[in-house]
Amino acid sequence: MNSLLTVRGLAVAVGGRTVVRALDLELGAGERLAILGRNGAGKTTLLHTLAGLRPPAAGHIDLCGAELAQTPPRLVAQLRGVLLQQQVDAFPASVLETALIGRHPWLKRWAWESAADARIARAALAAVDLAGFAARDVQTLSGGERQRLAIATLLTQQPRLALLDEPLSHLDLNHQIAALQLLSRTAQETGTALVMVMHDPGLAARYCDRALLVHGDGRVESGSAAAMLTAERLSALYQHPLRMVEADGQRCFLPL
Amino acid sequence: MPSRRRALLLLAALAALALASLVAALLAGSYAVAPGAVWGALTGAGQDTAGAVVSGLRLPRALAAFACGGLLALAGALMQVLLRNPLADPYVLGISGGAAVGALLAMLAGLALAWINLLAFAGAFAAMLLVFGLARGDGSWTQTRLLLTGVIVAAGCSAVVALILSVAPEHQLRSMLFWLMGDLSHAGTPWPALLVLALGLAAALPLSRDLNLLARGDLIARTLGVQVRGLRGAVYVLASLLTAVAVTTAGSVGFVGLVVPHLVRLAVGNDQRVLLPAATLAGGSLLVIADTLARTVVAPQQLPVGVLTALLGVPVFLYLLSRQTKGSAT
Repeated sequence: MNSLLTVRGLAVAVGGRTVVRALDLELGAGERLAILGRNGAGKTTLLHTLAGLRPPAAGHIDLCGAELAQTPPRLVAQLRGVLLQQQVDAFPASVLETALIGRHPWLKRWAWESAADARIARAALAAVDLAGFAARDVQTLSGGERQRLAIATLLTQQPRLALLDEPLSHLDLNHQIAALQLLSRTAQETGTALVMVMHDPGLAARYCDRALLVHGDGRVESGSAAAMLTAERLSALYQHPLRMVEADGQRCFLPL
Repeated sequence: MPSRRRALLLLAALAALALASLVAALLAGSYAVAPGAVWGALTGAGQDTAGAVVSGLRLPRALAAFACGGLLALAGALMQVLLRNPLADPYVLGISGGAAVGALLAMLAGLALAWINLLAFAGAFAAMLLVFGLARGDGSWTQTRLLLTGVIVAAGCSAVVALILSVAPEHQLRSMLFWLMGDLSHAGTPWPALLVLALGLAAALPLSRDLNLLARGDLIARTLGVQVRGLRGAVYVLASLLTAVAVTTAGSVGFVGLVVPHLVRLAVGNDQRVLLPAATLAGGSLLVIADTLARTVVAPQQLPVGVLTALLGVPVFLYLLSRQTKGSAT
């Protein structure tokens, strides 16, 4: 399998503290990786490093076979997309316009968004249940609607590797499941690899093939979701006892 | 997102407005000139008094007004994107304050007009370098740091301006106040300002889709492949230079740089590909109209044009502000 993301000996430091040490990782087409850890453990910092938004403290990151730091930003933006943790809109803009910014890396300097670009954006809006919202001003959206718009923008970008920082934040229960199903379907149909920072180990077990546990002191563990997401490991990770319950073949984790 | 066709139609309409405002400026004034004589003066046929008034006085002044208005509106639109703040204006980072210190020092020393302009430009440039250097100090170069540095430098400049005003001899005060309020009666030749306006717009337009992303935040722009550091530096320098040229030509004319991008944004949205040229045309037209009023409403007395733009701008701005707070409350 062709590797979309290859990480060798990666160290990530923030504010003089090493949060990730000696991380090796390989992610192929269609694979789904969950990143879990406590607040402030460095999950977002790690995700931004993988996205090329900040330099690693040590080690190498290859995106689609080429060194990430040496790849031109526009090409990087065609290959990998990022869902940021927060969306802040200082200026008014329509929902469709906002989804269309995902086409930016694909457009030449003087080009305007074509009808084909608009079709991609409208399909993405429909996929996140925002079909009737195209003309709405982003500043009037609720938190959950804004989050779904951010997911639609990422889908409009059509990256081969999608890095998502808490894709489920602000979403109600049915939209959480809908978003994860949509992302999984995209991974399956287009071969997009997913890296998702998540807080619910049960959902991670259900929708991800692999998991990466970030302990915050530099230690990381990675492996298959089944091997990583156990009561014992997660209790150690969150430093809070958890119990695993299996129902209908699904794992759930209850904090005690 | 307006389609390209709609954008072109809108820009054509604004260009027509700009042309109409220039024609009105050529026709209006205490010396009555017939429309036919205006045409004659422009084509170089008439060599009479009417020709001299139109081509020697009104045309350069109207063009200077258009250039200054366009420069300020364009600089304001760029500053609003750079600071990600719809309430930013070209003067918020102290450029006009630096220019005012330079110009008033030249007036205090009794220097000629050329020196006043030169020192005004030097002052603006010095303020720009000062803010740039201080805001970049720790490498973070964030909006907040830039804004705070600019506001403090501007405050320092206005203290120096107040000092100059308080020690200046009385017969100089009037011209100093006119400069501070913005005045086009000593504008001189309009061509340098027009050239800078054209070059500035030509430099900004290729960046306009990148600017759309910058307006949405540094991080999101970077995730979509925009090289934010270089872009922000370029926008800062460009907006500062445009502002410096405008205040050198006409003093610190207020509110054009704040209100025009705002109004245009209400009408066409925040797509910089349309907003930047539209704001330039609208700003130019507004200042031509305001200046025509400034020299005709109480003729033969002339008002500083900055007073008129402020009188027009303040109520519009307050209205926008109240609308905005209402919008965010609901």
